[in-house]
Amino acid sequence: MPVVRIPTVLRRHTDGEAKLSVTGGTVREVFDELVAAHPGLEDQLFEDGDLRGFVNVFVEDEDIRFISGLDTPVEPDDEVAIMPAVAGGAVS
Amino acid sequence: MVDTFELDRRTFDLLVERAWSDFPYEVCGLLGVRPDGTLDHYPIDNAERSMTYYVMDAKQLLHAMREIEDADHGMAIYHSHTHTAAFPSATDVRLAAYPEATYLIVSLQDRDAPEIRAFSIVDGEVTEKPLVVRDEQLA
Repeated sequence: MPVVRIPTVLRRHTDGEAKLSVTGGTVREVFDELVAAHPGLEDQLFEDGDLRGFVNVFVEDEDIRFISGLDTPVEPDDEVAIMPAVAGGAVS
Repeated sequence: MVDTFELDRRTFDLLVERAWSDFPYEVCGLLGVRPDGTLDHYPIDNAERSMTYYVMDAKQLLHAMREIEDADHGMAIYHSHTHTAAFPSATDVRLAAYPEATYLIVSLQDRDAPEIRAFSIVDGEVTEKPLVVRDEQLA
């Protein structure tokens, strides 16, 4: 089963779980499954049905934005990593 | 209890040197914090290569974070301010998504006296962690 790596900031929505096993075959299916089990994740991951801009999602080593976005396939032994961007700057 | 952050002198110098290395652009990276306090440095490219903004290269970030998390080490996130003080800007606070991390800011505002300060940023609230610079390295 694919495993999803949950960043610390989102673990308050997953009962503290850092890694969750899922069954979906695409990132969209995986995320639908996550949100169904942990509804608090929806607002954290999505904005108007699209992935939030500052949320990076990787399937294994590949950024899904450079593959097929939410339609990117997920193989049974893949790791899906959700990783908020690290960004900032000197000007407000 | 006041939560401090310890930086050995070598890492302090390394971060300042790195801040100068791409001046006037902002640099960024991670530190893994081992249980004995020694630090592993993960320089990460600023994908924006900007004087006022940084976004860590996502793939480099993934690799560094995976390594730090799988080792169960602590994490510090640093970036430089080349022209402003070592204090989180409104942008830094708004985009801070790692409540468990220590945020380090390396300021080159005073060219002769570079400064590093440490903060935690949780739900938009900034708390300074006194920075302790250790002169001798742990074995």
